[in-house]
Amino acid sequence: MGTFVKFYIDGKECIARHGTQLVKAACENNIYIPTLCNYPGIPPKGACRICAVIVNDKAVTACTTKVSESIVVHNNTPELEKFRKSVVEMLLSEGNHFCPSCEKSGTCELQALAYRYRVTVSGFPYMFPFREIEAWHPKLMKDHNRCIQCKRCIRGIKNDQRKSIFAFGKRGTHVEINIDHDASEGISDELAQRSMDICPVGAILRKRKGFDVPIGRRKYDNKPIGSDL
Amino acid sequence: MTDKKIIATISLAGCFGCHMSLLDIDERLLEFIELVEFNRSPLTDIKKITRECDIGFIEGGCCNDENVENLIEFRKHCKVLISVGECAIMGGIPAIRNTIPLKECLEEAYLNASTTIKSNDKKIIPGDPDIPKILDRVYPCHEVVKIDYFLPGCPPRADLLWEFLYALVTGKPFEFKYQTFKFD
Repeated sequence: MGTFVKFYIDGKECIARHGTQLVKAACENNIYIPTLCNYPGIPPKGACRICAVIVNDKAVTACTTKVSESIVVHNNTPELEKFRKSVVEMLLSEGNHFCPSCEKSGTCELQALAYRYRVTVSGFPYMFPFREIEAWHPKLMKDHNRCIQCKRCIRGIKNDQRKSIFAFGKRGTHVEINIDHDASEGISDELAQRSMDICPVGAILRKRKGFDVPIGRRKYDNKPIGSDL
Repeated sequence: MTDKKIIATISLAGCFGCHMSLLDIDERLLEFIELVEFNRSPLTDIKKITRECDIGFIEGGCCNDENVENLIEFRKHCKVLISVGECAIMGGIPAIRNTIPLKECLEEAYLNASTTIKSNDKKIIPGDPDIPKILDRVYPCHEVVKIDYFLPGCPPRADLLWEFLYALVTGKPFEFKYQTFKFD
């Protein structure tokens, strides 16, 4: 158990245990730092950069930064909000995000962030890459068009033998998530559901599941992401 | 003549859902037609823009050369152009074909699909000069002409359309509300 330290976010005095992940510490002090690749309970990755903050005049990712005594954090500044909006726009352009036909629409974190930042159109050209859909698995479907390569599934989903059932395949711009044939064999419905839930977008779907919550009652239909803090 | 704003609307590679959503403003239509006069639009059935317009309401992206011609015509005659809905903004559902080469799309539609194998025994892919020529991919409108405003949604909620158009026509301030700012 670490000792408590005092630090500042946007001038507000905050308290957390020394060494707490900054995103978590901010949350404990009712301050929202947007995240996408970060997921509570799994090791942080710092992949998406949406949680970028300025700590002691240096830009860092809040998910991979730990709090220490008297650090000064800038979070809700116009520059950072503009940067975060650009990250969302870039992700929307890079993949094929056809929200109207996506099972995850309304609960998708990327979409929720786009709503939060009022992204009407991406400032980057839409790339429309060719990406595969994999449907061989009895319980899971993988739509790589929507994958943002956050690795949440790789880091967070393990089978009974503590083995990851997802892994990266290929390299560079062709990188994609693969479902391990052996490790994913016979997974429970609960793990399949957790795989779907851990994916911030609609890249991993549980088969025979979707569109079961009506429009208007989905997670981000009425309240912006981060508004519960 | 009144000082009504002139509005023209068109559906390019869209499903007319955005126009239906415009009709969904319901009784506010009566207020709207006091403020604007419709020129070219599927609602008036006027086929060509007949005068300079204040507002161009664009539904759908550009999937063929006729869409491009129409969009350029709208840009030429409208002071303000609005991309309405996901298809106009990023191609939408028609742009799902963008990831597949055009040749493969046409072969699948006219030669290989189970519903056309028997009926198209001469193996014809339509290419008559009278038919609009399909583009290599579906283009978002802002990649073809300058677009002034974007209204997301599939379709954009009727309340969003009304609030935006009302503000635009009356010169009142407008802000996107979370509840009507949606991509689906």
